Amino acid sequence: MAEKVLMKGNEALAESALRAGCRFFFGYPITPQTELAAYMSKRMPKIGGTYLQAESEIAAINMVYGAASAGARAMTSSSSPGISLKGEGISYMAGSDLPGVIINVQRGGPGLGGIQPSQSDYWQATRATGHGDFFMPVLAPSTVQEMADCVYRAFDLADEYRTPVMVLADGMLGQMMEPVVLPEPKESLPEKPWATTGHKGKRTHNIVNSLYLTADALEKLNIERFERYEVIREKEQRSEAFMLDDAEIVVVAFGASSRVARSAVVAAREEGIKVGLLRPITLWPFPTKAIEGALSHAKAFLSVEMNMGQMVDDVRLAVNGRAAVDFYGRTGGVIPTPEEVLSAIKDSAKRGGVL
Amino acid sequence: MAQDEKLVFSRPHSLLPVVTNYCPGCTHGIVHRLVCEAMDELDIEGQTVGVAPVGCSVMSYDFFGCDMIEAAHGRAPAVATGVKRVLPDHVVFAYQGDGDLASIGMAETVHAATRGEHITVIFINNAIYGMTGGQMAPTSLPNQVTQTSPYGRDVSKAGYPVRVCELLSTLDGPAYIERVTVDCKKNIRKAKNAIKKAFQYQIDGVGYSFIEVVSTCPTNWGLTPQEAFEWMRENMLPYYPLGVYRDVVADGYANAAEAASARSAACPIAHPEMSEGGN
Repeated sequence: MAEKVLMKGNEALAESALRAGCRFFFGYPITPQTELAAYMSKRMPKIGGTYLQAESEIAAINMVYGAASAGARAMTSSSSPGISLKGEGISYMAGSDLPGVIINVQRGGPGLGGIQPSQSDYWQATRATGHGDFFMPVLAPSTVQEMADCVYRAFDLADEYRTPVMVLADGMLGQMMEPVVLPEPKESLPEKPWATTGHKGKRTHNIVNSLYLTADALEKLNIERFERYEVIREKEQRSEAFMLDDAEIVVVAFGASSRVARSAVVAAREEGIKVGLLRPITLWPFPTKAIEGALSHAKAFLSVEMNMGQMVDDVRLAVNGRAAVDFYGRTGGVIPTPEEVLSAIKDSAKRGGVL
Repeated sequence: MAQDEKLVFSRPHSLLPVVTNYCPGCTHGIVHRLVCEAMDELDIEGQTVGVAPVGCSVMSYDFFGCDMIEAAHGRAPAVATGVKRVLPDHVVFAYQGDGDLASIGMAETVHAATRGEHITVIFINNAIYGMTGGQMAPTSLPNQVTQTSPYGRDVSKAGYPVRVCELLSTLDGPAYIERVTVDCKKNIRKAKNAIKKAFQYQIDGVGYSFIEVVSTCPTNWGLTPQEAFEWMRENMLPYYPLGVYRDVVADGYANAAEAASARSAACPIAHPEMSEGGN
């Protein structure tokens, strides 16, 4: 088995991307994803890869667009305000069916916001990264190990479904150090016969494009793409269940806030409250099947987030009126304490008639 | 073909046999043909990837026979950069209009140039936004009437046109910058030579190349094709003088890097060899 190493979350993201076969990284400086780009700038030249500091976030995502068009595994990383700028390019990638990986090490917003950890880009990642009818898979790690695992899987998902994929981390996960077992370097990568690599006189020319001026043609393509999204919804939902089997109160939390929620769940169990944690690893597709499973015993759901209440919308949609859905969150870069979450669990338990 | 007939003129292989979406009298058709003639003569169609961003030429992916990418408005140089970094042995070109290249995409334009990306940029400057129906462009001339400068471009409010060749020629990255036009046979030949040379420089690793083609837009200028060329000669050429703005090979250098190195000769950090063995 591979060796355990101690790494910063941001560095684990970078190293795992390299092991997934990514040799093209385009970025623009922003806190708190800094170590990721620094790691890439150090490693890429040593392994024959490209690290390029772009003139802007917009240029960086468009360089990913170009590299992906040419068939390479390519990535960019940023933090919240920078992701807003990448929205255009991500929409074009979705519209052109281009694979690629985008890392968001979230910080507080809106506007310039702050540089402390946040989860306030949930809506942006899962609903409206850019204009138009599209989704992209969004993976949410909660440990440094999962930082490595998620980015590795993101490249495979991107190629398999020909879609951009986002890893939605946050400043806390990016900055913290934990032991991690890194994945094995990829030996071979998938063929991409659609890529614009020069036809060499052996085929008709390939075109990477998202422009369709005929309404019927564009509708047809969007419908086809949404059929692909249905397959992703069916096959790619991932979540972790913690003390969930008999839980009457189900805490739903992802990423950094799920770490706090886990401590609160343990504390509540010690007080005799039947509570468990459902931790989405895929934010899109949202793990609706896991919510469905929990509904057989849950009286109330409590979404714990580092924002003003965003994922709670997806919990409500999945629960669809069949149980109470509460929300507890801190925002602006404030990390909730286990005590605060425990108190919120008790409130939910009271309202749900459990306590 | 009969035995005594000789083919002297035909469609270039890399120009696909399809009807374009260009207006009658538009210079895009001529420039497309020149790009394709150059591709054919250098035998690079199969090793070339073109990037066409938003503008009248956005659908040129249907006209050029090489592999093609449609890009977001202004982003072609960034997309071309991504392609070239993956395919360093291929020829990569961007084909952009004035609004795309000199307004929304100016950052991408300047930075691809200063990085000395080994790409070729073909710049169609017709001083107006064509596809959206004739709005003021970054290269619209002072007092030029457009849909969004209905009283003429007021430079006290809208500022001055951008001379892109002149601007880019201040940078170290470019190897070759030339401004041409296609209003007559002589100039078309010159433009062809410039485009071919730009591709050749890219193939030879000389550096970034940029060809501006001063062009017309009869439809949005509200002129016939002949009048449009007249207006262009009379007004655009004095503002955008034709000629070579950078040619590092003609200046005696092997490539852009050598020329840049000479330009920074007095800067120690740019020349670590200066301190080697020194002291």
